[in-house]
Amino acid sequence: MSAVDGIPFEALGRPIRGPQALTSDWNRFWHLTFNIARITWKLRFFGSVLGYVWQLMRPLLLFGVLYIFFTKIGHVASEKGSKPGQPEHFYGAQLLGSIVLFTFFSEATGGAVASVVSQEAIVRKIQFPRMVIPLSIVLGAMFNLGLNLIVVLIFAIASGVRPMLTWLELPVIIVVLAVFATGLAMLLSSLFVYFRDMAPIWEVVLQIIFYASPVVVPLPAIQAKLSPLLVKIYMLNPLASTFEEFRHAMVNNPAAGVATLLGPVWILGMLLIVALVFSLGFVVFNRTAPYVAENL
Amino acid sequence: MSTGRQPALPVIAARGVSKTFRIPEQKVHTLKERALHPRRRVGHQVFQVLHDISFGVGSGEFFGIAGRNGCGKSTLLKCIAGIYQCEGDIWCRGRLSTLIELGVGFNMELAARDNVVMNGIMMGLSPREARRRYDSVIDFAELTGFQELKLKNYSSGMLVRLAFSVAIQVDADILLIDEVLAVGDAAFQQKCFDVFHTLRDRGKTIVLVSHDMSALQRFCHRAMLLERGSIVHLGDPQDVAERYLELNFGRDPEALSAEGEDGGDGDAQVMEVWVEDEEGTRSRSVPQGQRISLRVLVRFMVDVEDPQAEVQIHNEDQKAVLVASTWVQHEHSGRFGPGERVLFSFSFDNVLAPGRYSPVVNLAHRGSGLDVMDRYERRFSFLVRANLPMGGIVDLPTDVAIERVEPGVEQELSA
Repeated sequence: MSAVDGIPFEALGRPIRGPQALTSDWNRFWHLTFNIARITWKLRFFGSVLGYVWQLMRPLLLFGVLYIFFTKIGHVASEKGSKPGQPEHFYGAQLLGSIVLFTFFSEATGGAVASVVSQEAIVRKIQFPRMVIPLSIVLGAMFNLGLNLIVVLIFAIASGVRPMLTWLELPVIIVVLAVFATGLAMLLSSLFVYFRDMAPIWEVVLQIIFYASPVVVPLPAIQAKLSPLLVKIYMLNPLASTFEEFRHAMVNNPAAGVATLLGPVWILGMLLIVALVFSLGFVVFNRTAPYVAENL
Repeated sequence: MSTGRQPALPVIAARGVSKTFRIPEQKVHTLKERALHPRRRVGHQVFQVLHDISFGVGSGEFFGIAGRNGCGKSTLLKCIAGIYQCEGDIWCRGRLSTLIELGVGFNMELAARDNVVMNGIMMGLSPREARRRYDSVIDFAELTGFQELKLKNYSSGMLVRLAFSVAIQVDADILLIDEVLAVGDAAFQQKCFDVFHTLRDRGKTIVLVSHDMSALQRFCHRAMLLERGSIVHLGDPQDVAERYLELNFGRDPEALSAEGEDGGDGDAQVMEVWVEDEEGTRSRSVPQGQRISLRVLVRFMVDVEDPQAEVQIHNEDQKAVLVASTWVQHEHSGRFGPGERVLFSFSFDNVLAPGRYSPVVNLAHRGSGLDVMDRYERRFSFLVRANLPMGGIVDLPTDVAIERVEPGVEQELSA
């Protein structure tokens, strides 16, 4: 009955292994990721008249509210009389930078949660590496981050920051943040297939993370309240470290550098957490990918 | 057409493919439920959809997979395509493209270009290749004037045309096609058929899943019949079609005859209906062009005077293609007593178009024909085969002539 008995397996060509997270055809993988991200992006911004402006409005408005509150009303930070070495040095640019980074993080992870399920139509009908879906979400968030960072840098220059060598550090920081976000994106998107309440849960978690990371409150305000050890533990949060280092590198505020604050061992620890989250996300996604089409 | 060849080295080879779905009896879909009832074990119902399927498809072969709804044919296709994980081994040589549904991933908010390119990339083209094919896709879909329109403003016909023309632009060596023919109007289906012919002539390997037996017989070199996840028959499409009909119509005669009984008063009963070819042998598959007979065996239960039998031969679209009655030629058919068996024969020149036909027999008392004694429906069907399907309901013998018309004669003709 069997048509394949007696034929060496090598002659039969490539075995079909069912759906996978990744693929051997990296060209296709990249084309798919990039084009899904591009089309989603295009749909979001070219559907409305002002397009891109709207996506910028959200972080900018948040920035405006927080900036006025903390400098004019709360007096947590003050732009006036700030000197290099003082925490509130260029507080505006720092705040905007952190908000933009957080916006990226929240878009990448929050957008990824339901992504695999909402792409059900293609998941059930086409064979393609499943990893493409969360990655395209992260990539789309990267597009936005790129544009937003231009605005941040223009704002920084306008408020007196001069372009400097430490800016070269910024892409490295973004890469670390992106790896962390990708790990979570993979983890969340595969968990969502089995737990449909991940979306509201993650929204709340994002809110907590927003206030638990030094987005609004400058690090010195935290340092004042916590012992040095607790500060170090606090900085193990990859978001805290990357945001703080980003601010440091952008305005070159020598007092706020993560390197001076943590030392190499703690920085390695933070990077280890990033690596662990990424691996966890990768392993979970890889495990669930073959069965996603059946469980939607 | 049906060579039934078994090539040396298959391009698709499956060995011992099985697939089970675990359907949870109670869907726990949230973390909250899991957290609230951590100990609750969710029972699973296990459905084995495919049992130990082995087959090979040769290079350049047009291979059909047939079966009734839920027999596992689409699941098998998805396993070959790599969309479902299955047990067993499948190998494949060459680029594989799947048409499980037309227009997968189309985005209604975008115009044709983005969708065509995106779809091409999904099917495995590089963006450059996909862009290069854009014009020919639009040409084939006959949408030249509508390229800037968003897909949501397309008519459904336009959408289907676009989707199909995208799908066939992908140069795959192996095409897996699932019931794509079921959509679209007659003209579109004809276009699909034309494309299939071209693809077949170009030596592409095609696996077609369908329950349209006439399509399978028309195109396939070989076919496979699945029933409840197992192979029932593998071989000539003709045989597969016949087995399929048996499965469909002959599977539960008791239930069917019970269904048939409620159609009349039971003074007489249609025992059997069959078709005979020219030589007078019973057959479920008769060639076009012969003079064939439909025979109806009736048994009478009581005394009946001048009964009338009417047959309607229905095609696949449930249209009566032929209606005949004893009433026209034999108004006084005679008197029959209880237990008597009578054979009614309806002979006609078989000009039916290739396809599947099922006769409906109405046995009635004398009169209007509404006083039904027994009704026989859908218990039997037969196939008409022909080499060249023309597309009509019937293929009436037609003489075709071609003559040159001289200028002088032309005026005469129009006058």
